[in-house]
Amino acid sequence: MSNDLIQTNTAKLTAAFASALVVAETQIHDDLAYNSIKEWDSTAHMLLIAELENAFNLMLDTDDIIDMSSVGKAKTILAKYGVAF
Amino acid sequence: MLIEHEPYSLNAAEKQPLLLAELNALTLHHQQHCSPYQHLVKAQWPAFVTANQSAQLPYLAVRLFKQLKLQSVPDAEVFKVLYSSGTTGTPSRIVLDSATAAIQSKILVKIMQHWLGKARLPMLIIDHPGVIKDRSNFSARGAGIQGLSFMGRNHCYALNDDMSINFEALEQFCQQFGDGPVFVFGFTFMVWQFFIQQLKQQQKTISLPQAVLLHSGGWKKLQDQAVDNSTFKQQVLTQTGISKVHNFYGMVEQVGAIFVECEQGHLHCPSYADVLVRTPGSWQTAAVGEEGVLQLISTLPRSYPGHSLLSEDRAVLLGEDNCPCGRPGKYFHILGRLPQAEARGCSDTFFPSAKERTTP
Repeated sequence: MSNDLIQTNTAKLTAAFASALVVAETQIHDDLAYNSIKEWDSTAHMLLIAELENAFNLMLDTDDIIDMSSVGKAKTILAKYGVAF
Repeated sequence: MLIEHEPYSLNAAEKQPLLLAELNALTLHHQQHCSPYQHLVKAQWPAFVTANQSAQLPYLAVRLFKQLKLQSVPDAEVFKVLYSSGTTGTPSRIVLDSATAAIQSKILVKIMQHWLGKARLPMLIIDHPGVIKDRSNFSARGAGIQGLSFMGRNHCYALNDDMSINFEALEQFCQQFGDGPVFVFGFTFMVWQFFIQQLKQQQKTISLPQAVLLHSGGWKKLQDQAVDNSTFKQQVLTQTGISKVHNFYGMVEQVGAIFVECEQGHLHCPSYADVLVRTPGSWQTAAVGEEGVLQLISTLPRSYPGHSLLSEDRAVLLGEDNCPCGRPGKYFHILGRLPQAEARGCSDTFFPSAKERTTP
């Protein structure tokens, strides 16, 4: 897996989070957790799922949505679908 | 913990000991963290220490959530407050911390997966998009739609803000997804009045043969129009081609652990919740087949003392572990709301000032 690809994926993930939560990209780090900031509530979570699905061209199931409790967790879940971080 | 189990996997012998242990722990937790709750329990069940069976657990009249500030977390930990739709006066106020909110979503999804599968299906919502616009102040309807939208994708709202059908959106949805499985959700009255009846009046039908319709929210307005569950299902089938129709029962005071109707038309307790039926007046538990007031038990509420509540609904317990659908657990019917005066009587029973009148 090339570093370029990992960098691209990380950038796409960060952009998806920033866009769905409407926060600055600098706020997106692995430990950022669902419900820990008011911007990442259940409404934003649905937008986030749609953004991630579009960005990486995959379909997440309901377990993934419930398990996606942090940015770090999102990476683990996307990795299941072959997205490298 | 019961939450680790599948929703319909435990028979009474397996479930009751786990349930009792968790409920006793919750009762203690709320006594320690919510002083109004502790006062209510002390006043009504002065000798209570621990329950040997779930029928012995203290229970609060659900109306108390309108009248008292009942929370078991400090204000600083409040993540979200849910309000009941409040058709009569003051709404209930349900205080969630982030852990309780998360577990509610998790359990709701787990139950829904049983009926819908794990894949997120294209979702048709029988409501208007305005219902979820104000994020900081969801109505119970908005919160319900929000909670269930986790289960779907390509969300489409079937109604306009004026409650007319958005035919353009609806037709596009049916064209795009109608051949496959889809998830249709709405509140019972909205589905009936603003969708099925409008389709009928305009002599229109749609075709969603593989859809699953889940609906919730009370039958009162439909009963007033003499519409029962089988009429509802028949009309839904005629206008939309949907044959899999499941009602579900739940209330804002116990979000998450909902009771879904099986193929036999029976509402089923999931592993995380249970019901008892009590005879008004004596408040003893009623036998199977005997009408009474529904008591709802859930292992989910930690941030507010809502784990054992006396509802204002009349119900009848139909059986336990023997529904022909094969799902273990208790199953029941809701018969309707209690008359107002009687409902008020239920909660009066639970005020310390009224304790000399009634002892359960």
